Amino acid sequence: MSSLLTPEIMAFVGNKTKPQRELVTRRDIRKYAVATSNRQKKYLNGDEAPPMFHWHLFWDVVELDHLSNDGVNIDSLLPNLPLFKAMAGGVDFEYLKPIFPGDWLTAIRTLTNIYEKKGRSGDLIFYEVLMEITNDKGDLVIRDRRTTLMR
Amino acid sequence: MKYSKENIGDEIPGREYTPNIAQSMLYNASLWNAHRIHFDYEYATREEGHEGLIVPGPLIGDWLHQCIQEWLGDSGRIYSISYSNRLASTIGETLTSGGVITGVDDTGNTAEVEVFVKNAKGEIVAPGSGVVKF
Repeated sequence: MSSLLTPEIMAFVGNKTKPQRELVTRRDIRKYAVATSNRQKKYLNGDEAPPMFHWHLFWDVVELDHLSNDGVNIDSLLPNLPLFKAMAGGVDFEYLKPIFPGDWLTAIRTLTNIYEKKGRSGDLIFYEVLMEITNDKGDLVIRDRRTTLMR
Repeated sequence: MKYSKENIGDEIPGREYTPNIAQSMLYNASLWNAHRIHFDYEYATREEGHEGLIVPGPLIGDWLHQCIQEWLGDSGRIYSISYSNRLASTIGETLTSGGVITGVDDTGNTAEVEVFVKNAKGEIVAPGSGVVKF
């Protein structure tokens, strides 16, 4: 079987983003909690961030002309892949510390793996990204591992 | 709230969600997610072959978290969770969350849970499992 994954593509494994530092605000927590139909007062009031709020905080603020026709941007960690349509795969999160308004958090993302599989409707490429989120004291707050598949 | 091995098999209550396009728009805007399958009906159905506008996968992932966190209230936290988006759901469908306790450690301080979001046909669209600390 010929591989879609050339040595040039595989050389991107280990790539890291620059640290991204963001401020947690009460208003952003409230918007996220409302948009997700959360019912717990501490989240709706913005007193504490609900789990998964970090997806809001660290989603790339992509410029409009960097979006492709489907409205998606290609992850800056990735090489050019021969398959383009992204689908959510699995995630694995560890929540080590709570998040409150006023916290400054920093995320670094690392491309940890790329592999391919034969799917029912053709070839699939999977890639895995680890995001580590720390506070200003250097404590790990969240460890987020994601698998995305391209078809 | 105190848990022991006798609680293994207990159900974790869930709830129903019927996401509409306004919710999907607000959620995706809060992330900065412009994927057209969530708001452009023509694109979602013609270009990508979906049956309608797609409910964002991580929104369903959030509902798995809510299922656990509402059950815990202020007496515990989610320590870890894994889930996957297995089937697409369309805007207007009613989805239902729920779960079960699958393990409790000897001290009663840590439990393992399984959670799910199902569609109206009873298919699990997103299965998950997690560890909680009381």
